[in-house]
Amino acid sequence: MLIRKDESRPLRTEDDVVFSRQAVRSWAVELGFSLVDQTKLVTAASEIARNTVVYGGGGTVRMEQVEDGIRRGLRLVFEDRGPGIPDVERALQDGFTSGGGLGLGLGGARRLVNEFHIDSRLGEGTRITVVKWK
Amino acid sequence: MERIPILKMGRFLLVTIQVDMHDRLALQLQDDLTNRIVKEGARGVLIDISSLEIVDSFIGRVLGNIAAMSRVLDARTVVTGMQPAVAITLVELGLSLPGVRTALNVERGMELLQASFDEEALATQEADADPQG
Repeated sequence: MLIRKDESRPLRTEDDVVFSRQAVRSWAVELGFSLVDQTKLVTAASEIARNTVVYGGGGTVRMEQVEDGIRRGLRLVFEDRGPGIPDVERALQDGFTSGGGLGLGLGGARRLVNEFHIDSRLGEGTRITVVKWK
Repeated sequence: MERIPILKMGRFLLVTIQVDMHDRLALQLQDDLTNRIVKEGARGVLIDISSLEIVDSFIGRVLGNIAAMSRVLDARTVVTGMQPAVAITLVELGLSLPGVRTALNVERGMELLQASFDEEALATQEADADPQG
């Protein structure tokens, strides 16, 4: 997979969640995603970014414009150095929540993108990678 | 502190969300609305989200909470103007906003609130006129 362009942004506060939503939106517009796909990707980014800030204790999001053959897409990599997710499968189940949400955050986000991967190590942190293809 | 304005229109409260809300702002709106319902004795709340480009699980939860709290305080809530792309995404996310009434636009939302207010007023009148019934 070829990375044509990338940019990292901090995710430390609730305001950063808002800014990252706006940044993802403008990258999705630039790639020519349909309005529905833009909305899905921004919503997924919002869920994961909140997770990074609230449970991961803050981190970063890297946006990458990627190309795979004739496919073009947007890859988002969320990283934190928080406590890690003890049971990833459980965290992805609908209804699971360790905080104030509806428990649809990560599982819901997975349904809104084409690729979704969690790499989490206890005591070291969590990296969540998603890709939406155009 | 940043706040979303709440307008009073007769017996109803009107809110139009026109900014990309961070979580604290959404919670602030939830608190403010609950307090205003009590203070004004409001019978209905209309929340227009036609400017909202996304509704994620957090905002969805806040909308659900507002509807539930207003119900407990004897007021109805209607959410209006959801964009089609937002509706599609919400359902795929797994959120169907249970307990939240919706209308396509502000005008229909107001009609819905007025109708449910009239219905309740009528039911109260009938109960008063016929204490045996």
